[in-house]
Amino acid sequence: MNLLDILSYEFVQRAMVAGMLIAAVSALLGLFLVLRRFSLIGDGLAHTTFGSVAVVLLIGISPLYVTLAALPLVMASSLAIYKLTSSRKINADSAIGIISSLGIASGIILASLSGGFNVDLFSYLFGNILTVNNTELLLSFIVFLIVVVVVFYFYDDLFAVTFDQELAQSMGIKTRRINVILFLLTAIAAVLAMKVAGIMLVSALLILPALTALQLAVSFRTTMIAAVVFSIVAVVCGIIFAFLLNLPAGAMIVLFNICFLFLVFVAKKLSHLRR
Amino acid sequence: MPIIRVDDLTFRYNGLDVISNITFSVEKGTYLGIVGPNGSGKSTLIKCILGILQPEQGRVELFGKPLDRFRHWAKIGYLPQRLNALNTHFPGTVEEIVQMGLPKKDAATLRRTLETMAIGHLASRLIGELSYGEQQRAMLARALMRRPQLLIFDEPTTALDPETREIFYALTKTLNHREGTTIILITHDIGIIGQYAQNLLYLDKKVIFSGTFKDFCSSGDMTGLFGPKSQHIICHQHDQSGACG
Repeated sequence: MNLLDILSYEFVQRAMVAGMLIAAVSALLGLFLVLRRFSLIGDGLAHTTFGSVAVVLLIGISPLYVTLAALPLVMASSLAIYKLTSSRKINADSAIGIISSLGIASGIILASLSGGFNVDLFSYLFGNILTVNNTELLLSFIVFLIVVVVVFYFYDDLFAVTFDQELAQSMGIKTRRINVILFLLTAIAAVLAMKVAGIMLVSALLILPALTALQLAVSFRTTMIAAVVFSIVAVVCGIIFAFLLNLPAGAMIVLFNICFLFLVFVAKKLSHLRR
Repeated sequence: MPIIRVDDLTFRYNGLDVISNITFSVEKGTYLGIVGPNGSGKSTLIKCILGILQPEQGRVELFGKPLDRFRHWAKIGYLPQRLNALNTHFPGTVEEIVQMGLPKKDAATLRRTLETMAIGHLASRLIGELSYGEQQRAMLARALMRRPQLLIFDEPTTALDPETREIFYALTKTLNHREGTTIILITHDIGIIGQYAQNLLYLDKKVIFSGTFKDFCSSGDMTGLFGPKSQHIICHQHDQSGACG
């Protein structure tokens, strides 16, 4: 089977488009999160997504709308992480840990109580981009547009807040508003990324492209563009190879992201040695 | 109309007063030095004035407007004591950081400001690759770039070499004298305050002294606090520098 044959399938086309959109969103937000030492927020929100999906399945919402229905709870969890972190008494990693354990514990208890949807719930742990439906494709497109517009419109503010929050405040930037926007968008990205990589690997989509791009950084803008490019290429390669080798797409995408990071890291080391 | 008016300001952390009942004002064109021992609340006071920290009580006015209604932040340039644990992986270049928050990017002003701080050759370097002294110079350039009416420097020269330190203080003096820029300088180095500032605010959780250097030099209370010798040296440096405005 050649590449054109693979791309002729409608579900593959849908997976490619949704995957690329989610990859771009995750990479854009991931750079700000990594630089602000919120790398593990993806993990925390993914675990919350697990609990939220359990709630949604328990209520009996159609699997077609699970992603959409899980959003409010995950967004609330994201704001809870922000609120805990802002209290100055709880570090970012601890705040993520609290919300993360709450999410996973609620999911397990709800799954155990219901007794009926364990299989459905646990299928979200590993995700499957090839099963992306039209609602999720549309949601990915809308979120992509929102994130691009927000990053473009608030670029200066995001840059300043990421560099130094107190300095940004002294410049009159409404840092609270910027933080709330960033955390809400991250929650949406985490729910969408669950479809691509599964709950277990959501944080990889947020962290790895940003880390790879940071190895090659020459300016903030180029780093942002590089992160998006690495992320999209990893999704495209991951989906194609997953299809060809009959392996899980989410894991393949993450492996490609890790390969890119490793290659860039080695290339950078070699170029330093040659100097 | 004072540029800054602080009235009965108190900030507590974990139930303890960091600063209490601070009242003072800063007139346009003043060069004010804020001094005090470690933990005396100097940086906290500035952060409350800039709205970074929320005080328990009191009132702050900037350029005649209550802090919550103040919008003209471009009038203020601020250099924090230490960047909050600057992330050395931050991929911003010196150029990007110095122009941060500017509505219009002006290449000529950028070049001139970078040259003034002797970092013109570092414009395209990543901030995280620079030494702490170079980073500090970049941050000074950023504060100066907006040509603000009020400049607030919190321990600005701790990482600078003596030559750049001199250039920096000379620049603040020029801005204050020629352009009428109001300057607030927080430092441990009271000798520097003596050389450049006209007014002095001595803080130790509350205001110990607030007034002109002339008042400071003739104050018996300050002789008791600093000792006659130190007070004499400080006042002598002040007289020699001609910082009386």
